[in-house]
Amino acid sequence: MVLGSLGIISGLTEAPLHLAPFLDEIPVGVALIDGQARVRLVNRAYKTLTGFGREEVMGLPCMHALRCRFCTQGCRVLKGLKTFEPMTRETDIINTERQLIPIRLTVAPLLNAEGEPVGFLETVQDMRQVSELSNQASRAYSLGGIVGNSPEMDKLFQMLPGIARTDSSVLITGETGTGKDMLAEVIHQNSDRASGPFVKVNCGALPETLLESELFGHSKGAFTGAVEDKPGRFRMAHGGTLFLTEIGDLPLPLQVKLLSFLDDKVIYPLGSTEGFHADVRVICATHRDLRLMVNERRFREDLLFRLNVVRLHLPPLRERGDDIPMLIKHFLTTYTKRFHKEINGFSAPAKQRLLQYRYPGNVRELRNIVEYAVNFCTEQDIQLHHLPEYLVESPISPMAGDSREEPGAGPRMAPADTSDTWEDLEKRMIMDALLRAGGRKGRAAEILGWGRSTLWRKMKRHGISD
Amino acid sequence: MAEKVLIPLYENEVAPRFDLATEVLVVHVDRRNDGSPRATEKVVVLSEASPEELCRIIIADGMDAVICSAIEEEYHQYLIWKKVAVFDNVLGPVDKVLSYFLEGRLESGTILYDCPL
Repeated sequence: MVLGSLGIISGLTEAPLHLAPFLDEIPVGVALIDGQARVRLVNRAYKTLTGFGREEVMGLPCMHALRCRFCTQGCRVLKGLKTFEPMTRETDIINTERQLIPIRLTVAPLLNAEGEPVGFLETVQDMRQVSELSNQASRAYSLGGIVGNSPEMDKLFQMLPGIARTDSSVLITGETGTGKDMLAEVIHQNSDRASGPFVKVNCGALPETLLESELFGHSKGAFTGAVEDKPGRFRMAHGGTLFLTEIGDLPLPLQVKLLSFLDDKVIYPLGSTEGFHADVRVICATHRDLRLMVNERRFREDLLFRLNVVRLHLPPLRERGDDIPMLIKHFLTTYTKRFHKEINGFSAPAKQRLLQYRYPGNVRELRNIVEYAVNFCTEQDIQLHHLPEYLVESPISPMAGDSREEPGAGPRMAPADTSDTWEDLEKRMIMDALLRAGGRKGRAAEILGWGRSTLWRKMKRHGISD
Repeated sequence: MAEKVLIPLYENEVAPRFDLATEVLVVHVDRRNDGSPRATEKVVVLSEASPEELCRIIIADGMDAVICSAIEEEYHQYLIWKKVAVFDNVLGPVDKVLSYFLEGRLESGTILYDCPL
C-alpha cells in the first residue's frame, strides 16, 4: 500500500482509493504528518475537534495545528524520525472556539513500502466523556457538570440517561443561564453517539444567508465568494449530535429546511442538487416561548411538533430551593482551587445576601458572582464588600428569606412585587398555597415545605382564619 | 500615539498556547506624525507558564493588544472585559505577524506560515 502525493491509496484494492474520504469516516481525529513535522492531511473528526480544516492546516507545523499541551512538553516529532517509537499520551488541546478539550494523543511513525519511516500518523481522541465519567463517582448530586438536588433537578437527572440513549430530537427550554448548553452536551456524552462529534450552532448569531451556508454547506460556485465546497455543520455532525441553540431565532425559510431534514435526514447544500444523508441527532434549545411564537406566526407549528418529541425544562435558579447554597459551595470550591486561594467560606451577611438574591441570570450569574468574590477576597471568609457592587447596593428581594430557617423547605414562590414587605409576601404565599391545595391545610403546608403547626402559627399571626 | 502589544512566544513563532508560554515579546509601538510605526521590542522570560500571571502582566503593564494562537475562553473574555484587544488563532513567525499588525492587516484567525505544499 502506498500513499501517493495526492492522497491516493494504491495496491489495497483493484482501483486506487482516495485517502481523504476514507479518513473522514473514522470517528477519531487523524492527521498525516511528514518528516519535517508539517501536516499533510487531516480528517473531518480532526476539524471538528481542533476547528482547523484540511485547507487551513495543510503544510503547517503540526504543533501549531493541534495546539496540544504535549507538543511543547517533550513531543519527539520535532526531533525527527530516527528511533521514533509509537507513543500515547493523555493531554489536552485548545480549539479555535477557545475550548480546552482533554484528549488521548497517539503518534506513530508512518512507514513507506520499504518499511522506512516517512512521516507520522497522529490520532486525537476526544476524552471529555471519559474524564466526565471518572469524575462522576465523586460528584454526588451532579451530572455532567450540572449540580443540584432539588426535586426538579433530581427528576431531570433520573430522566436523562433514558433520554440520552434514545435517538429522538430534544427540545430544551429554560431561562438564560440555566444550563441549556451543558444539558445538551450531557445528553450527547451519555448517548451512543458520544464518540461522534458534538457540533453547536447559535441560530441567533448569524444572518439568514450565512446561517444557511453554515448549517447546510454550499457547493463551489453557489454564490460569489464560494470558491470551494463547504461541508456545513450538519455534515460535520455526521454520526454525532447537532445542537441548535436559540432555535427561536431561526428564520422561517430555514425552519422549512430544518423540517425537511427532520423528515428525510437528507441535506442539500446551497447550489447543489445532490443530497447527503446525514446521520445526525438534533437537540435544540431556546429561552423563548415557542408556543407563543407559533401563535404569532413567527415559528412553524409543524417544526415545533417535530422538535418537541422530548422536552426538557430547566427551572430558573430561584425555583430550585436548596440548590442555591449547594451551588454556592460548589463554585466556591471550584474557584478557590482554580485561583489557588485559601478561603473557608462566606461571612454570615454575605451568605445571607447571596441566599436572598433573585438571580435573574440564574446559575451563570451565581457562578460569576462567586468567581468575582473569590478573586477579590483577601481574607479567610468572603465578606459583603467582596461581592459585586450591584448585589450589595440593590435592595434585598426576599426570594426565600426567613423560610430558610425551616429545614426541608419546599419550592419557593417568587414575589411579584419586590417592594412588598416580607410579612405581605408570606401572607400571599400562604394564601396561594391554600388556594392551590383547595383549602386543605396539610397539603398547603406540604407545598410550602412547612410543618402543619408552623402553617397554623403563621396563619394565626397573619389573621388568616379557617 | 503609543501602543503596547504582547505576543506569547515559542522560539521565533507565536506560541501555540497562551497558557503554556514561558516567553513573551512586548512591543512598544510609536506612531510618527506621518502614521508610520516605530516598534521597540523586548523579550520577557516568565518563571513558569501561567495564564493568570500572563493576564496580570497584561493588565498591570497596560497592554493595548495581545496577539496569540490558542487561548481559553475565560482568559479571552477577561482580557476583552479589561478592554485589551485580543487577536487570537493567529499562527506564524512573530516578525511577519508583527509587521501585519503594524500595517493594520492582522485579524483573529490570520495564518502566516509559508506552506510549501
